[in-house]
Amino acid sequence: MTAADWSAVRLTAALAFTTTVVLLIVGAPLAWWLARTRSRLKPLWASLVAMPLVLPPSVLGFYLLVTMGPQGVVGQLTQALGLGRLPFTFAGLVVGSVLYSMPFVVQPLQQAFEAIADNLLEAAATLRAGPWDRFFSVALPLARPGLVTASVLGFAHTVGEFGVVLMIGGNIPGSTRVLSVAVYDHVEASEFDDAHRLAAGMVAFALVVLVTLYVVNRPRAEPAGMSR
Amino acid sequence: MSSIPERPRPLFRPYRYKLDFTMSSFRRALLLALLIAGAVVTSLGRAGEAQVAVAANFAGPMAKIGEGYTAATGHTLKVSVGATGKFYSQIVAGAPFEVLIAADDETPTRLVKEGLAVPDTHFTYAIGRLVLWSAQPAFVDDQGAVLASGKFTHLAIANPKLAPYGQAGMEVLKARGLVDAVTPKLVTGETIAQTYQFVATGNAELGFVALSQVAVPGKPVSGSYWLVPASLHAEIRQDAVLLKTGENNPAAVALLAYLKSDAAKRVIQAYGYGR
Repeated sequence: MTAADWSAVRLTAALAFTTTVVLLIVGAPLAWWLARTRSRLKPLWASLVAMPLVLPPSVLGFYLLVTMGPQGVVGQLTQALGLGRLPFTFAGLVVGSVLYSMPFVVQPLQQAFEAIADNLLEAAATLRAGPWDRFFSVALPLARPGLVTASVLGFAHTVGEFGVVLMIGGNIPGSTRVLSVAVYDHVEASEFDDAHRLAAGMVAFALVVLVTLYVVNRPRAEPAGMSR
Repeated sequence: MSSIPERPRPLFRPYRYKLDFTMSSFRRALLLALLIAGAVVTSLGRAGEAQVAVAANFAGPMAKIGEGYTAATGHTLKVSVGATGKFYSQIVAGAPFEVLIAADDETPTRLVKEGLAVPDTHFTYAIGRLVLWSAQPAFVDDQGAVLASGKFTHLAIANPKLAPYGQAGMEVLKARGLVDAVTPKLVTGETIAQTYQFVATGNAELGFVALSQVAVPGKPVSGSYWLVPASLHAEIRQDAVLLKTGENNPAAVALLAYLKSDAAKRVIQAYGYGR
């Protein structure tokens, strides 16, 4: 593999890692709220989170390019804050990836939180556990499988992202040329050997990740005496 | 708890239709109209259709030329727009294109050599002109001095590996001795069309695009541009060729003939291409 390809591998790992961390920090409270709220706006928020599942990446990429551009709302905000503009930067890719991978992190977490019985949280409350304590000492540990699924899917889905990155990235080596774009470039230029090396590596990566996920989250036999 | 299972209720009640086969004269007329419309549509289908792969820089003129072609021949076109390099890979892989209207002369030559295009059908339909364009008025001067000014953070260019206009842009930077200074600011579009979009949205302050994208006949030029002197880069000879798949399709053969007509030449010149 060439140095350029290795740089694409490192960049992709960095992007996926950063995106996953941001998504866990943003997504866990959001998922907790979605799981517990009785708000009438819940269907609207849940739909907004799920939108990237049904929208083509070209739609997301197009709106990101326009809104983060110099005339766009986000672009004017980031410029006013002295951050410059986001397209063609690593930070811009993180923003795009966070939006694009959002449902893959929030939905498993939300399902895990919804599965936690209210009486456990109420019991914790009678033992004088405050809301934060209940979240960190009861909810998060019980939601561990959901947390694992959310992290792995968030990471893997960001590695597998293509359309949004292609549209807002500008294909800059070392800062926005991620693996999926590098593969595309090799294929377009008829460099099939280089494309194979990267593509086969990604197939193997995806398989290993998903097998690991299914093994780790395999439902265990319930201990005797417990019933629903 | 009763042990007798309840009889399942039918989901749908049976309903008896009474069909009326007698027709009012209005309905009869409607049916006749539909039959005629159907016959017209089928005969249009028979008039022939050619599947064309068109280089992104030529998308605008091609739409105009397509209208004239259909009016003159009765045939219709199915146009795909993209990067010439991509079309090459797709044609090698068996894409159903019948005519390639490329952005260079190398790709058609190569396809002829590899037996995928029909020899002797290959000709230069236009000479491409490169411009350095910005969506902001008065940003690009008419000497291209802005390239050396450092006034910009991003310069958009089509992927030089895939797009002849990208290659020409790199040659201009080389001629000006700016490759090292500008390379960190380059953002690469997959096609000249994506490059245009980076500049049009203002995300890149300027970029190398085709004159045909900026100088659309009948529309005022937006922003500012420098028409790069043709001496600063190798000539962008744009060739068209009949592909093997279209050898026996009269519509495909007619398109290449129409591309050489005066009507087509006028459109090509109006978009600023040399000949």
